[in-house]
Amino acid sequence: MSTATRRAGGPDAARIRDLRKAFGRHVVFDGIDLDVARGERVAILGASGCGKSTLLRCIAGLERADAGTIATSGEIGLVFQEPRLFPWLDVRRNVAFPARSDAERGRVDDVLALVGLANAAGRLPKQLSGGMAQRAALARALVRDPALLLLDEPFAALDALRRIELRAAVREILEFTKASAILVTHDVDDALALADRVLVLAGSPACIAFEGTVGEGASRAAILDALGVHAARRVAVAR
Amino acid sequence: MGRFAVPLAIVGAWWAASASGLVKSYQLASPRDVVRELADLAVSGVLWRDLGASTERVALGFAIALVLALVLGSLVGGSRVAERALDPTLQAIRAVPSLAWVPLILLWLGIGETAKITLVAIGAFFPIYVALHSGIRGVDRKLVEVGTIFGLSRFALIARVLVPATLPQLLVGARIGLTQAWLFLVAAELLAASSGLGFLLTDGQQTSRTDEILVAILLFAACGKLSESGMRWLERRLVGWTDTVPA
Repeated sequence: MSTATRRAGGPDAARIRDLRKAFGRHVVFDGIDLDVARGERVAILGASGCGKSTLLRCIAGLERADAGTIATSGEIGLVFQEPRLFPWLDVRRNVAFPARSDAERGRVDDVLALVGLANAAGRLPKQLSGGMAQRAALARALVRDPALLLLDEPFAALDALRRIELRAAVREILEFTKASAILVTHDVDDALALADRVLVLAGSPACIAFEGTVGEGASRAAILDALGVHAARRVAVAR
Repeated sequence: MGRFAVPLAIVGAWWAASASGLVKSYQLASPRDVVRELADLAVSGVLWRDLGASTERVALGFAIALVLALVLGSLVGGSRVAERALDPTLQAIRAVPSLAWVPLILLWLGIGETAKITLVAIGAFFPIYVALHSGIRGVDRKLVEVGTIFGLSRFALIARVLVPATLPQLLVGARIGLTQAWLFLVAAELLAASSGLGFLLTDGQQTSRTDEILVAILLFAACGKLSESGMRWLERRLVGWTDTVPA
């Protein structure tokens, strides 16, 4: 079994070939191929525990794949399901945490304004609402001007209204920064609202069970079908 | 007002008991005698000598304990190998009631300053060590991952994530350690001392001077309270960011 190799460069934001990951004897996914073009936004949908987060963690470098290749070009930014802010730093210092150069430190105020937190820069994480904390986490991921933004269920911890609000904000930010993005989610609406292309991960070991472009093949019904949500569709048809 | 009511009532009852002759002065000196004794000791300079000697022992013992606990706590908290090698032994030593070491320390180190400072250091060490060890073990793995994502070096990860994340627990451990240091100082000075607040206690006992004993007790209370308040102030200054109910 070869270990996954990692290299920079290439025309795409990310190029993944024949990726395989197992925890002990349990194979999480196998034979995953995924290309993300520059500026493209891809959503990976799947049921809880299907391995979509693990796939993202492999791309981010937090997990080692067992086989296959991952090639990414440029900086990667990652937003987790929880904000994961450092509680001892105020918002500005949290956002400035990854900055390595004066140029990146100079971007802090810009990204704070971009996520709508310019007036909360001096607050501690404990003084933030869930939505604000997740905005701060988003700003932190943007400070290095990433070519590829990885979003791991970034709205999952928010209530319905905050979810819609932040989803719109992320959409604007992605259009503004022109960054490529991979969004992992279990919510079809998130995927349809943010992505150009939708993939459904299913099976055990998981593989790509469906792939389609939003506005073409990737309709809500097709995605739900691929996710195995037959009951909902049958009800809809019966009506 | 509310916080002073009980102490004032106690002093009032104490005063009434000794003024009415209910309690003899060789059993319990009156508040006035205690205040006079305190003033006499201050004027003669004995008070400052004893206070200085005790404070110095606590400061030195606590400093030694802090350095040792920082080294061993980080080692055991940061490395599974060191934890397996050292922690069981340290836990076994911790399980010994620390005053049981006194005879051995006296035999090894005599009755000089070294013995007293060593005893204070033993008392202060364990709360700090335990707090640091569990503090490092308890650091949120998710925050460490954030550091990893941004490619922090091992040193940067320690300095920028692990140290600040561990600081609240370490400060609580240091506060308890300092309280322990005063506790062990009394034990050390009761055994053998020619200066210090503990010496004031034994001197008062041997000369049947309850006013002197009470002065020593009051000074211990003041010193303990002062160091506790100082540590709490430090906690508020350094780790006010913690999202917990203030202790």
